[in-house]
Amino acid sequence: MKRALFASVAIVATAWASIPVSAQEMKAEVIHWWTSGGEAAAVKVFADQFTKAGGTWVDSAVAGAANARNAAITRTVAGNPPTAMQLNTGKQFDELVEGDLLADVNGIATEGNWIGVMPAAIIAAATRKGKMYAVPINIHGQNWLWYNKAVLASVGADEPKTWNDALATLDKLKAEGKVIPLAFSGQKNWEQNLFNSVMIGVGGAQMWTGILGKRDVSLAQSAEFKAVAVTYKKLKDYVDAGAPGRNWNDATNMVIQGKAGMQIMGDWAKGEFVAAGKVPEKDYGCTVLSNGSGGYVMGGDVFVFPKAKDPATTKAQMTLAKLMLTPETQIQFALKKGSIPVRSDVDTSALDACAQKGMRYVADKAQQMPSGDMLAPPALIGALQDAISQYWNTSMSADEFSAKVAAVLKSAE
Amino acid sequence: MRLSLNSRLSAISALLPALLVMLVVYIGATSWTVWMSLTNSRMLPNNNFVGLRQYAMLFNNDRWITSVHNIVIYGVLLVSLALLIGFLLAVAIDQRVRAEDTIRSIFLYPYSMSFVVTGLVWQWLLNPTLGIQHVLRSWGFEGATFDWIVRPETAIYCLVIAGVWQASGLVMAIMLAGLRGIDDEIWKAARVDGLPKWRVYVSIIIPMMGASFATAAVLLSTAVVRLYDLSVAMTNGGPGIASEVPAKFVMDHLFERANIGLATAAATTMLITVIAVVAPYLYWRARRGEVR
Repeated sequence: MKRALFASVAIVATAWASIPVSAQEMKAEVIHWWTSGGEAAAVKVFADQFTKAGGTWVDSAVAGAANARNAAITRTVAGNPPTAMQLNTGKQFDELVEGDLLADVNGIATEGNWIGVMPAAIIAAATRKGKMYAVPINIHGQNWLWYNKAVLASVGADEPKTWNDALATLDKLKAEGKVIPLAFSGQKNWEQNLFNSVMIGVGGAQMWTGILGKRDVSLAQSAEFKAVAVTYKKLKDYVDAGAPGRNWNDATNMVIQGKAGMQIMGDWAKGEFVAAGKVPEKDYGCTVLSNGSGGYVMGGDVFVFPKAKDPATTKAQMTLAKLMLTPETQIQFALKKGSIPVRSDVDTSALDACAQKGMRYVADKAQQMPSGDMLAPPALIGALQDAISQYWNTSMSADEFSAKVAAVLKSAE
Repeated sequence: MRLSLNSRLSAISALLPALLVMLVVYIGATSWTVWMSLTNSRMLPNNNFVGLRQYAMLFNNDRWITSVHNIVIYGVLLVSLALLIGFLLAVAIDQRVRAEDTIRSIFLYPYSMSFVVTGLVWQWLLNPTLGIQHVLRSWGFEGATFDWIVRPETAIYCLVIAGVWQASGLVMAIMLAGLRGIDDEIWKAARVDGLPKWRVYVSIIIPMMGASFATAAVLLSTAVVRLYDLSVAMTNGGPGIASEVPAKFVMDHLFERANIGLATAAATTMLITVIAVVAPYLYWRARRGEVR
């Protein structure tokens, strides 16, 4: 606690010291957490465009999402905000809007007709009190199934379409016994991501918004929810003993090398396949398991702009907001990041097969599902994460688990 | 003796910075933390007073209860095992062995590593598909199992193993200094009396080394309360919530989960616990001072 306070004081102090006040030229200091190779290349797309527009991009990358958010929010509250900061699409900036700390981008949004070209869920996640306060820049699908085509072919299995298909395929792989059926990374957030994929794939859209959006306590104790819980727990039979604590990219590489059959992971896993020189729809397949009623869980990133005192900064902010969403920037960024563009009206021919599949999902209104972050505040997502993680790792029954989830939803009111 | 005004002023001005730091950083930050735990602050601090609701939530929270259980298990085992192993190592080195300096450096080496490094190394060693179990099986011991780190009921003991491995060397160094401080005459007298060696250690040497034991125990105890990075690096609190610890609960809820109220309630609970343990000792020391 004390250390954290010290750290934030130090951040604020150094920030005060290092930034000359009132720059007349357009200058944008941007805090984000894109530090890995592909991510850094992606953020450079924005930086280059901003430089072209006559501005100066000051890059303040902070490693680790929580650290970056912290640094940016601490500085904003202390009255020395950055020009722009990255957050995940969702509820992370609720309190900043309530505290009247953010500039709205409604003018730019209306001018660029964002509502016409973006999925409704993404627009809703960026809108507070009828105004847009955030610039959504990409969409990450969170519940993709990645599989090794050669491994599935070796047991005569086709691409699974539903969770029942997937379970049948996993059974075949297990019976054959040559590979680990399901590659898994046993960390809390991935345990939750796997559960979410089952919840949307087995329970469907109603279940998804009912639990995360409406926080319906009785739904959490329904037979349908217990069916989701049972399916989730079944998956434990298909993972290996080394799964707990494993990193997600190590699990992805098990699929790449043919040591494992399939993995559930967001589309950032594609970067690993690309780095290994694998070709989509030839070496590996990608699909989203669904029961037919909605199925593509859309997460992503946004930029928000803290209110600025001097007009030069405001000008820089609005310039950034505009150029982040030009079709050209959108495509370039998506290619580097592995995500898909947030605009539906861009030319997707440059994207790879899996990204085009993602675009098709997003184009279908019935398939668009808002991510958990968009529906619930971080505290609730975290409390659910603890419950899911306990259920996955202990001998807890589905009944006990649904009672626990109901209690979490109740306490969040 | 009366101090002149001048020297009194200079004394005050010399002490002022320390006093300010004390007031602002320690008292100020601590009071703010306690106040926050009585509000419903989420991502940003606010002043909406909600009484003890955060504490009620805290003690209904499985993860917090598990964290408290874990710190007790870790604390008792770490302090007792590190004291025991450290003392035995010191006794072994004290037998006038050759290459004493080298051995001492080797045993002290773990202590120079950060908990993050220690955690990662032990994570690999204990991982059933990469570490000790894997090696034993590849040598032909098919039935060998050593999978404590992936089983919820045993994961916390893996933290204890790593913690003891790191701390024992330090305890050894302290104990060795204590042993070297013991007069040779005592050994000679014991030999004249024909006492067996172990008996000398148990009945004479250990009681004489009270200060060394106290120093080591205090150092180990502070390490217990601070336990955070080892849990993050080794298991990240997993499998499930099996190896969560209080400091990690505070950090996670403070930042990632944007739940300042609950995090500060947990931090305040930790503070009260530490005060409850330390207060009797301070009282006893103060009383002893008066008697003198």
